[in-house]
Amino acid sequence: MAESEYQTVIGLEVHAELDTASKIYCGCGTAFGGEENTQVCPVCAGLPGVLPALNRRAVEFCVMAGLALGCEINTYSRQDRKHYFYPDLPKAFQTSQFDLPLCRGGYVDIEAGGQAKRIQLTRIHIEEDAGKLIHGPAGTRVDYNRCGVPLIEIVTEPDFSNAGEVYAFLEALREILLYSGVSNCRMEEGSLRCDINLSIHREGEPLGTRTEMKNLNSFSAAKAAVEYEEKRQRQVLAQGGRITQATLRWDDARGLNYVMRSKEDADEYFYFPEPDIMPIALSAAEIQAIGARLPELPQARRRRYRETLGLSDYDARLLTSAKAFSDLLDEAVALGAPAKLCANFIMGDITRLLGEAGLPPERLPFGGAALAELTALIAQGDLSNSMGSKVVESLFAPACAGQSPKEIVAAKGLSQVSDQAALQAMCRQVIEENPQVAADYRGGKTKAIAALVGQVMKLSRGKANPALVNQILADLLA
Amino acid sequence: MVKAGASGAGGGAGGGASGKEEIAAWSMTQAAAGLARGEVTSRQLTEIMLERIAASDNNAYITVNPQALAEADAADARRRAGKARSGADGIPVALKDNICVRGLPTTCASRMLANFTPPYSAAVAERLAEAGTVLLGKLNMDEFAMGSTSEHSYFGPVKNPRNPARVAGGSSGGAAAAVAEDLAYLALGTDTGGSVRQPAAFCGAVGLKPTYGRISRFGVVAFASSLDQVGPITKTVADCAWALSLLAGGDPRDSSSLPHPPADYIAGLRGVAGLADAGGSGYGGGGGNGGGRGSDGDGGRDTYGNGTVFGAGQGGRPRIGVPREYMGEGIQAEVRRAVSDLAAKMAAAGAAVEECSLPRAEYALSAYYVISSAEACSNLGRYDGVKYGYRANNYDSLEDMIRRSRSEGFGDEVKRRILLGTYTLSAGYFDAYYKRAQQARTLIMEDFRQAFQRYDALLIPTSPVTAWRRGADFADPSAVYAMDLCTVSVNVAGLPAISLPWGTDGDGLPIGAQLIGAPLSEALLLRIAHGAEELGAAVNSRRPNAGIGTGPAVGAARDAGAGSAASPASGSASSTGAGSAADAAGDAGAGRSEGGRLDG
Repeated sequence: MAESEYQTVIGLEVHAELDTASKIYCGCGTAFGGEENTQVCPVCAGLPGVLPALNRRAVEFCVMAGLALGCEINTYSRQDRKHYFYPDLPKAFQTSQFDLPLCRGGYVDIEAGGQAKRIQLTRIHIEEDAGKLIHGPAGTRVDYNRCGVPLIEIVTEPDFSNAGEVYAFLEALREILLYSGVSNCRMEEGSLRCDINLSIHREGEPLGTRTEMKNLNSFSAAKAAVEYEEKRQRQVLAQGGRITQATLRWDDARGLNYVMRSKEDADEYFYFPEPDIMPIALSAAEIQAIGARLPELPQARRRRYRETLGLSDYDARLLTSAKAFSDLLDEAVALGAPAKLCANFIMGDITRLLGEAGLPPERLPFGGAALAELTALIAQGDLSNSMGSKVVESLFAPACAGQSPKEIVAAKGLSQVSDQAALQAMCRQVIEENPQVAADYRGGKTKAIAALVGQVMKLSRGKANPALVNQILADLLA
Repeated sequence: MVKAGASGAGGGAGGGASGKEEIAAWSMTQAAAGLARGEVTSRQLTEIMLERIAASDNNAYITVNPQALAEADAADARRRAGKARSGADGIPVALKDNICVRGLPTTCASRMLANFTPPYSAAVAERLAEAGTVLLGKLNMDEFAMGSTSEHSYFGPVKNPRNPARVAGGSSGGAAAAVAEDLAYLALGTDTGGSVRQPAAFCGAVGLKPTYGRISRFGVVAFASSLDQVGPITKTVADCAWALSLLAGGDPRDSSSLPHPPADYIAGLRGVAGLADAGGSGYGGGGGNGGGRGSDGDGGRDTYGNGTVFGAGQGGRPRIGVPREYMGEGIQAEVRRAVSDLAAKMAAAGAAVEECSLPRAEYALSAYYVISSAEACSNLGRYDGVKYGYRANNYDSLEDMIRRSRSEGFGDEVKRRILLGTYTLSAGYFDAYYKRAQQARTLIMEDFRQAFQRYDALLIPTSPVTAWRRGADFADPSAVYAMDLCTVSVNVAGLPAISLPWGTDGDGLPIGAQLIGAPLSEALLLRIAHGAEELGAAVNSRRPNAGIGTGPAVGAARDAGAGSAASPASGSASSTGAGSAADAAGDAGAGRSEGGRLDG
């Protein structure tokens, strides 16, 4: 039978570290990259006799994520212990949630291959992160800094049928988590990780045996791993083989999955309710209050850009693709800046210059106030668009650090000349130096005026106000 | 064993009025009074205790605090400066070795933690330190608090001070033995299934297991988190009440601790008078439930002594129920007779006492062993040889290192519980065991809830038998587990309960009577227990005589000496003692809040 008869069924488990100041059960900090074992206390190190005290903020963040993703929030939920032995897990159990998670259901709308699709979520629960093993020539060390950093695990229904959908989902999910402010979603720091379950089957037949791919640390790795695994499974079945249940690990460098463990050591976690932490009870009013703190999410923002700011759907999508961009726009607009002009700078010069500097949008060296000031200068006719671009370049330049657009314009003499007398003098000079063009214009070739305007702009080194020059030339030639 | 020579060593201690033996035999309340009067110093009390600990061979202590005398001197200096932290400032105390104290080994009597020194102190250790007590050391126990004999210790078994051939009970056997042999004025144990009450009963001491959550568990090495509770072991009920006043209260570090402010547990103690009138306790959930009494039509209900059954207008009399499930088969006849005797005497003193029923009692033992083993297997997973504690010397992989470290580091009883817990939590067995145990737990709690609509307290034996021989060869482990019959339901339901001595058996071994109260009813429970204690002054010999042997002759000798041995403790403690205890508790409260400010 042909490979193409098989359908792929994929479900995801996404782990996102919550951006709380302290860990989930103790007061230790959560900052990434600290020196080994400097953010550790007896509680997160699991020493004998210590007890966890739940960080309410972690619960609130999970509820915010749940509300942002359309989940139903359970007013009564509980934490459970999930047991396994590994040196990075100091208590030999991970405190997680088993049968009573904080959030149930929910969905993410995606667009992949030109088609809209809704991916249903099963649940979202809170749990604690484990530490990290550091393998070196002298042996293996354990760093417990990450131990007890709060996580949410987002489990989807098996709604995906290809790698493109997985990729689109991860992008959309990341965007929502970033907007809701619960996670910084930095994949390079492990703040967002995903496990993938994949099986293939023929339509109308039961689901096939699935394999699980662990800890995919980038969207492109997730996509590549899915493509690799579905192809592998198809080949196995095509050759009359059987898929065996296994946990795989993706090797990004080599572009293949390898087996971590097979079914013989199937997961047995001895779950039972965590007796040291009381159940989490949330009233409807508390859930509502948490929801009220949820910032505007990307879909709502796009709608507002179209409907209130009059931007095109295309602009709205581009601007919201990075929260930092859309925050920049909102800041500038709040200070009275024209939305379209701001949008053009963000999508044009700013995006280009960030790319050249190799910076992510959130590392933009200036804020909405600078953009508002810049666009105000242009709107008032004190600065041309092209000079505006030069100001943006200067805003990126370390030499101009801390300078406002006005200061840059003054320092570099970029101000647009709108002085009537000065412009009239320049226009007369250009008419005198280009008698033939002037004659053409007078003879009815109205387009010839553009050449004269260009000459004036050149003479002014770009600082002349082109609209005013046009007007003066027309008057002089009339 | 008390060495006669102790009285000749280190002259000067004790001042003119009291000899060392007498001072050592003081209750905590009496010792506090001695300090307050200037009759003794903390250094003298501490030296006497340290000498006795060094001379004793009951193996009650695992670690003696090298700082004890320095702490005593500091307490004396505070007292001289008029800055005593509380009435308990300078009182020598000891802690079971599963209660962490910063800088002192906390071994849990296990090879696994033989070299573990915590960098933090348990909340209860902090509270005692804030009250100014002197820490004598850390007490022997069953490994990780699993056992009923204190024989399962990496540091050897504890001997019962009443008879060294007998077990001290467990798991807080060191705590009970220390108090019974005058090696501490107060010892803290932990009670997961009877581990404070049963050894107190075996050694002839008073042991209180407070309501679950009444005392912070922070820093107490977990055995079974939903059952563990710290409890004091003392010589008198008043001392227990005082200790509870020092220890009770919420703690943000322990989510299971109760925020309810502790009561003044001493103010309400009234001796026998408390058995005629339980009023003023502020607790009395059953007051409006008179209509329900007798509605089960149990016409054959036994009554005790005065034939009292509940009737109108008895709101002031404490109502005591005696559940028949704990007074029948499987209970040693002498134990049954002793508890019946106490019931009759309480009735004669004015309490309304009657037989009652806890129909689901039979499930408690099984539910307890399933739940406690499940939680234990989880709590003890962290001892893997990776971070601290015992690590095997030879291993050929990470997995092998963990396996060998646990195999070599844990004793047999701990391994048995871990295996049991692992089994009951396994996929496919969870519903059959753990889930059903939790359901049974709900039923047991409901039994008690109904009982406490009728009764202020329930009276049963603490242990079905008296202390058995050390090294006794039980046919199978569950036969030993069955000895926990009378204590575990209290933990399963999270209730407060107190064991107090009530006479001895034919071998002269102490019998413990257990009073159980409704949640957070410690004040009332202690008042009733205080009355019972006073009733018992004539039948109890509080402490052992020197030269303990075995056999009935010794028991008779002790009974003969009971008059003189018991009267200074129980006689004066219940009149003058209670008064000074109340004063001291007032000081204790002030001391604690002052300590808080200093820390803050």
